[in-house]
Amino acid sequence: MAGPQVRSGWPLYEVFLRGKRGLNHVHVGSLHAADPEMALHHARDLYTRRNEGVSIWVVASADITASSPDEKDPFFAPSGDKVYRHPTFYEIPADVPHM
Amino acid sequence: MTALPDEATGDLTAHFDDTLGHERRIEPRDWMPDAYRATVIRQIAQHAHSEIIGMQPEGNWITRAPSLRRKAILIAKVQDEAGHGMYLYSAAETLGADRADMTDKLISGRQKYSSIFNYPTLTYADVGVIGWLVDGAAVCNQVPLCRSSYGPYARAMVRICKEESFHQRQGYELLMTMMRGTASQRAMVQDATNRFWWPSLMMFGPPDDQSPNTAQSMAWGIKRHTNDELRQRFVDMTVPQADKLGVTLPDPDLTWNSERGHYDAGAVDWDEFMAVVKGNGPCNVQRVARRQSAHDEGAWVREAASAHAVKQAARKDAA
Repeated sequence: MAGPQVRSGWPLYEVFLRGKRGLNHVHVGSLHAADPEMALHHARDLYTRRNEGVSIWVVASADITASSPDEKDPFFAPSGDKVYRHPTFYEIPADVPHM
Repeated sequence: MTALPDEATGDLTAHFDDTLGHERRIEPRDWMPDAYRATVIRQIAQHAHSEIIGMQPEGNWITRAPSLRRKAILIAKVQDEAGHGMYLYSAAETLGADRADMTDKLISGRQKYSSIFNYPTLTYADVGVIGWLVDGAAVCNQVPLCRSSYGPYARAMVRICKEESFHQRQGYELLMTMMRGTASQRAMVQDATNRFWWPSLMMFGPPDDQSPNTAQSMAWGIKRHTNDELRQRFVDMTVPQADKLGVTLPDPDLTWNSERGHYDAGAVDWDEFMAVVKGNGPCNVQRVARRQSAHDEGAWVREAASAHAVKQAARKDAA
């Protein structure tokens, strides 16, 4: 998410939290820090004041490569017309068990 | 913004309107009209500044909290305000706003914060009344913003609203405790209520007929109710709370209107509101000066952390 470069001396980090064991890390926001270690400490103070996480990832925002923002982008077109990838595409008689 | 031919802008506008029309969220890298971007930045920045300045009136009492329990609660609350400011600045940055620039604009008065924080906190009862009335009004304002059309703002508001509930409840509990105390403690609660009631009503902004931007903001989904609707909601919800607490709201015209199904309230002094917004409230100068000095006094910490980061990176490269 290479946004416009900010002039505040410290780079921007994106913060990802694992809410509890068994769940994926989820993006929760961003913060500024001088280095990754400080980003981790700030992320703990900012995003887990009430036990919201058991694990934190921080990633320099500048290091994220993102797809184009538009949902209608042709980038996602390849999956648009492949209905046969979904189980509901196939007609199976209702009396076939466990299907 | 990249310059685009008119017809391309037309397509983009149609796509933007369609997204809003379907109640879908606008996300950071979507195309959006410049005026939408500017309005959302202004709204988020003002909100962020309010959280940051809002640490001061209550922070004033941390060293004089009446018990360790109250002190721990107050510190946690003031930390939350800082956290809310950070969530919001980070949401504004997704629109291209610069954090250092927003701080400059706050300190130089080019961006505003809520006028409520320009009133002083004279006794510990004020801490309770701020939680009850000021945070109560903030909750009224903010719950609908969890559905703001701008995704990062809406998500920040969800987190903030969860935490505001603690703020409001600790305030009310503090006041209930004081009301069970001595006559002079009850008088302190009444006095704090008298001083904060009208400024709390002003937090919803000018009356609808004097709020020219409301229609556009509602069309864009960055405002969900008008100022007067939210103010009414706050009055209706607060009157029974005041009764239960045993304090009198300082408005002789406050009466139940069974026809409307709402309380009628007396007239707000909008001249006072305008004077405070323009910088002439009791604490405007002090609040901004305090923010400035905190910024200046923190400069060496920011520089030291940057120097440390450079040194660590160099060591890592050498290894």
